[in-house]
Amino acid sequence: MGKVVKVSGPLVVATGMSDANMSDVVRVGPERLIGEILTMTGDSASIQVYEETSGLGPGTEVVTTGSPMSVELGPGMIENIYDGIQRPLEEIMKKVHGNNLPRGVEVPPIDPDKLWEFTPVAKAGDKVTGGDVLGTVPETPVVLHKIMVPPNLKGTLKSVIQKGMYNVKTTVAVLVKEDGTEVPLGMSQRWPVRVGRPYKHKYPPTRPLSSGQRIVDTFFPVAKGGTAAIPGPFGSGKTVMQHALAKWSDVDIVVYIGCGERGNEMTDVLREFPELVDPRTGESLMKRTVLIANTSDMPVAAREASIYTGITIAEYFRDMGYDVAVIADSTSRWAEALREMSGRLEEMPGEEGYPAYLSSRLAQFYERAGSVSCLGTDDRTGSLTAVGAVSPPGGDLSEPVSQGTMRIVKVFWALDASLAYRRHFPAINWLTSYSLYLDSLKPWFDENLGKDFLKNREKAMSILQSEASLNEIVQLVGKDSLSPADQLTLETARMVREDFLQQNSFVDVDSFSEYDRQEKLLAIILDYDKLCRDAIEKGAPAAKLFDIPSRERIGRAKSIPADEYAAAYADISASMEQEIAAAVQKAGEEL
Amino acid sequence: MIKEYRTIQEIVSPLMMVKMVENVTYDELVEVELPDGGIRRGKVLEVNGDTAVVQLFESAAGINLAQSKVRFLGHPLQLGVSGDMLGRVFNGMGVPIDGGPAILAEEYRDINGLPMNPAARDYPNEFIQTGVSTIDGLNTLVRGQKLPIFSGSGLPHANLAAQIARQARVLGDDAGNFAVVFAAIGITFEESEFFVQEFRRTGAIDRTVLFTNLANDPAVERISTPRMALTAAEYLAFEKDMHVLVILTDITNYAEALREVSAAKKEVPGRRGFPGYLYTDLATMYERAGRQLGKPGSITMIPILTMPEDDKTHPIPDLTGYITEGQIILSRALYRQGINPPVDVLPSLSRLKDKGIGAGKTREDHANTMNQLFAAYSTGKDNKELMSILGEAALTPTDLLYAKFADEFEKRYVNQGYEENRSIEETLNLGWELLSILPTSELKRIKQEYIDKYLPKKEG
Repeated sequence: MGKVVKVSGPLVVATGMSDANMSDVVRVGPERLIGEILTMTGDSASIQVYEETSGLGPGTEVVTTGSPMSVELGPGMIENIYDGIQRPLEEIMKKVHGNNLPRGVEVPPIDPDKLWEFTPVAKAGDKVTGGDVLGTVPETPVVLHKIMVPPNLKGTLKSVIQKGMYNVKTTVAVLVKEDGTEVPLGMSQRWPVRVGRPYKHKYPPTRPLSSGQRIVDTFFPVAKGGTAAIPGPFGSGKTVMQHALAKWSDVDIVVYIGCGERGNEMTDVLREFPELVDPRTGESLMKRTVLIANTSDMPVAAREASIYTGITIAEYFRDMGYDVAVIADSTSRWAEALREMSGRLEEMPGEEGYPAYLSSRLAQFYERAGSVSCLGTDDRTGSLTAVGAVSPPGGDLSEPVSQGTMRIVKVFWALDASLAYRRHFPAINWLTSYSLYLDSLKPWFDENLGKDFLKNREKAMSILQSEASLNEIVQLVGKDSLSPADQLTLETARMVREDFLQQNSFVDVDSFSEYDRQEKLLAIILDYDKLCRDAIEKGAPAAKLFDIPSRERIGRAKSIPADEYAAAYADISASMEQEIAAAVQKAGEEL
Repeated sequence: MIKEYRTIQEIVSPLMMVKMVENVTYDELVEVELPDGGIRRGKVLEVNGDTAVVQLFESAAGINLAQSKVRFLGHPLQLGVSGDMLGRVFNGMGVPIDGGPAILAEEYRDINGLPMNPAARDYPNEFIQTGVSTIDGLNTLVRGQKLPIFSGSGLPHANLAAQIARQARVLGDDAGNFAVVFAAIGITFEESEFFVQEFRRTGAIDRTVLFTNLANDPAVERISTPRMALTAAEYLAFEKDMHVLVILTDITNYAEALREVSAAKKEVPGRRGFPGYLYTDLATMYERAGRQLGKPGSITMIPILTMPEDDKTHPIPDLTGYITEGQIILSRALYRQGINPPVDVLPSLSRLKDKGIGAGKTREDHANTMNQLFAAYSTGKDNKELMSILGEAALTPTDLLYAKFADEFEKRYVNQGYEENRSIEETLNLGWELLSILPTSELKRIKQEYIDKYLPKKEG
């Protein structure tokens, strides 16, 4: 047992800690505040305390728990909201009878009394290794929780409990290791958060994550098992974008980490998600969501841990063979927490005061994403997609967190304040964003959406690119001096921007758009461009073509209900063709 | 028994080092008794063995190393709160300065407060009508929101804040349970007096708690002033069930005081010399706004800050924008044109507006018209710019209509003055009147049924 000698904010130094291990979790003082050992010199240890340290002084007792920072993994995590070190916030509320967060509250992360319906899959006598499924628990209507053998165990099952209702602490199976020792297995297991959970192999990702956001899915897709970053100045819609991804991504589990952000945003998720219906399962979105909330007014050290807590929970679900998405808002606040602790440890600062190990920590986080074949004999595959928001000071991407992130992630959705001011949402800049998954996803797109899909995407991109250069000319000489063909390019670009890329998250029909619909909508716009280009060559006046009634119908095509769009789009296409043909004919007659 | 120490080793204002102390804890309140009996306060910043580093809240002038007595009080800095605080004036450290009696505290509270459990927050969604079109119509304020005003030196942010404080009300709600907590942080006597007079003129003074740290008061006190104000606000909102509007002015002075202390502590500076924890520090103040489950009261916060050189990317507005739920930005260009309040509509934003508007709250057409007004004004401004380069001839008739729209929008919608109190109906109808300048086919962001219902019919 050690004694505190120094307290400076969340950093506490204690002596007499020779029996503690590096990175152990310790308990400080009579309130048993949770801390983690950062450095050790002789028998003194520097400890980062995850709660407010006010009232601590020299002489306070410090006890090590002997194990590193871990999370408890088992049924009961879904629909829950945790703080950065996996304490359930709703349970804390009940326990302290108040709306604030006092310190030193101890609540188990998983309700130990709740009963779950366990159905055995394995049986006595089975030879099992880490990752093998012992049985299943229907955690929510959409998530079948697989109770797995912890990764590092191997042996023969001596017994498996029969089907029934049990709590997570019940021994559901007894495993006999090769050396003959018996290990009782419950429904929950612990895992240290700073160590990635093992898997068999990692594969390059090949399936896109459909998010229902047109600019993401069609223009800058992220793969299942990929990494993406959303940097942007404040007010550019980062959080709305993150929420949209959490809501509409076609994954099995979403882990949403609110790291050092606004309390009201977490409340928004907490109140809104239970009411939203997943278009794929028909169930409430909350039934697949785990929330980690360490808002900006909560202790800064726990903010550092929240990212790891979140991704470890996500890995656990990935190990069951699910597609999981981790959405972290915002990694910049996590980096700031790192910087604050580093400053208190009096480490030599790197760029802008951030510790020199900032970029390697960022890389370690994103590298835990991937498409893998899971441990266990049944060859499940799972994926973990990581999406992080970055909040660059002043919107300046040259700062260390943005730079460190850009070097690692493969998809970059650059939010642009000037688009946001024009209320073009999502305010993702199509000229500066990129996705490096287009090549690896090509086979999937070609097979599922037809070969035209990527061609159309490329064409739309080149139209937007031409628009940017034509706009420079317009600035100098005015629109009228452009050739009719160039005017058409501007017009089509405007349609791509306004009628395709703009998407309103607050309008039900438009908040989610499936791949097929996206493909058809873009095809109509590009058909319009093609038909008009021919018509212009045949002498039809551009102004007449821009004025055809179908134009307005295309403009409103986004808001056609999901069950009617296929017929409606075909109808728009047909009348558009007729109207353009009529314009050509009329022009011919006038000549 | 509280021990007294006469072991001050060193003072480098605002830090003081005391040697050979026992049982001192982090964050504890410290009192220093001067030889002449005066009291200075501070808090323990770091304790290392038997040495305590103390940060003084007040000026260090007059402290004598050998003779001053230091006492560690065993609790953090607290404010005695009571319902009787309404109508009273306090200094930046919470001591009454209006000549009235001392406050009989009903409770003592740590001025740092406790973080609010995110699961216990209630989502702010009640529309507050401020009577200012640019806010109600386009950047709607809701109860429990924190919406700062980004201003610049010499811009009329005080008038706008006073107008909001005077006119703000929730539709269909009695105004009886309303209070204003005002914290003057390092502002001039004149600016502070403007607010006091304004509260007096409208009779709001009886429902107002004022904390004043003026420009000539010690800078280190400024770190406590907003926290004192917020502690009082939390008490009134969540114990006395009041709807509290907190006005903090000026956050720039606060951040500079924080930088001063950080520099004295020899911390590694972040951008522009501000400490790396400026974000967290500001967040622990701003996040105290909000609503809580099961509590009828609320805290709505309007912090005011002057952007150095009107630069929005300066760390103070930048970090504030990352924490608050939007921002109202004032524009020097509009102010020069005589448009008041000079709200720069396009970069201003209220993040919570979507939850506070629509049928049953404001009107069904609100969201659609709001988007259309934004888009039309933005296009109109672009066209005006183009017009100034290329001349009117280069623009199509539709483009010209947009340019006209932008002018009219600034003249009639934005420029309403500080005395006019517009109802939300008036604001929305004015929006429709302005939109009628444009051809109906341009109103793509509005549902057809609303166009049929609300668009004023053109004569002839």
